[in-house]
Amino acid sequence: MSTGKPDVLREFKTDLHIHTCLSPCGDWEMSPRNIIQSCRDAALDLIAICDHNTSENTGAVRREGERHGICVLPGLEICSKEEVHILAIFEELEHALAMQEWVYGGLEGQNQPEVFGYQIVANEDNEVLGENPRLLIGATRHGLGDIVRQTHALNGLSLSSHVDRPVNGIINQLGFIPPDLMLDGVEISYRIALHQARSALPEIGDRPCITSSDAHFLKDIGRAYTILRMAAPTLSEIGLALRGEGGRRIVT
Amino acid sequence: MRVRELVEGFNLKVIAGELGLDREVKGGYCGDLLSDVMAKAPVGCIWMTVQGHLNIVAVAVLREMAAIVITGGREPDVETVQKADQEQLPVLTSPFSAFELAGRLYALGVGAGRTP
Repeated sequence: MSTGKPDVLREFKTDLHIHTCLSPCGDWEMSPRNIIQSCRDAALDLIAICDHNTSENTGAVRREGERHGICVLPGLEICSKEEVHILAIFEELEHALAMQEWVYGGLEGQNQPEVFGYQIVANEDNEVLGENPRLLIGATRHGLGDIVRQTHALNGLSLSSHVDRPVNGIINQLGFIPPDLMLDGVEISYRIALHQARSALPEIGDRPCITSSDAHFLKDIGRAYTILRMAAPTLSEIGLALRGEGGRRIVT
Repeated sequence: MRVRELVEGFNLKVIAGELGLDREVKGGYCGDLLSDVMAKAPVGCIWMTVQGHLNIVAVAVLREMAAIVITGGREPDVETVQKADQEQLPVLTSPFSAFELAGRLYALGVGAGRTP
């Protein structure tokens, strides 16, 4: 940009909400290596890994993605005390892990794998490193406003998950999207086409809106994605695209 | 029955909206999904919920409620208290669950005889 030349923009096939085998409801097959293979099959350029209340598998998926030319951003899908799901997505792994520590500070209880599912920490070679003992499926003690503020303090983007969904979607839980909540955007599930989102859900208003797979199984990867026009597959470029600045934009 | 009488009778703690304590209670509702409460809560009700988010004030104003009780020992957010004071909407807390409190209110005649 300092050269004064215009940025070269291109379209990135993006899915900012994929779970791994670390989420209790995530399938055992959702290992870092398998996820990246499925993303290659789906021709995705850019993904974010957002497990429930944790980011412990994001480093492994990112390293595996680097081997195969897929950009992986580290994130979390946090459950607020209002039982609303909200994505926090970062550029730097250390910021995601700092967010994770803050989330863990508000998360009580121990997982019961036979009830809620196994929570597998894995590496990029598909090896099991251990199980996360926390109750990752639970709600944190953190309110939505605090979660958005903490995400921004760590240079992350804050997106309200699957706002069309009855379970843990913000509109169902809170009746409407709090007007003062400083979200960077909202996500709709694969069940609604992105171009129909605002008419189907007038509550979205003029907030930036994307769609993602919310994949818990390998077969889910690719069922929804968003095309972003940007200069590079980075978080700051995603921010520009969400806001429609500098020629960046949400295409479809 | 006035909100004030229920505060005294059930030892509810007044967190906000003290100026609204003379509102009349015409019924009751329990719910934590605000979309459901927005659609169904009867006008003039006392609403029992575990939600403490600012949005509960908007929902209560929309449904012209008498008061909100946050149950189970939970507390409202700071912004909720400020907004409820502005709206003169009583926000009360109770260590009882919604089930226990609603049972006692119903036995007193609050909302009794109503059909869904």
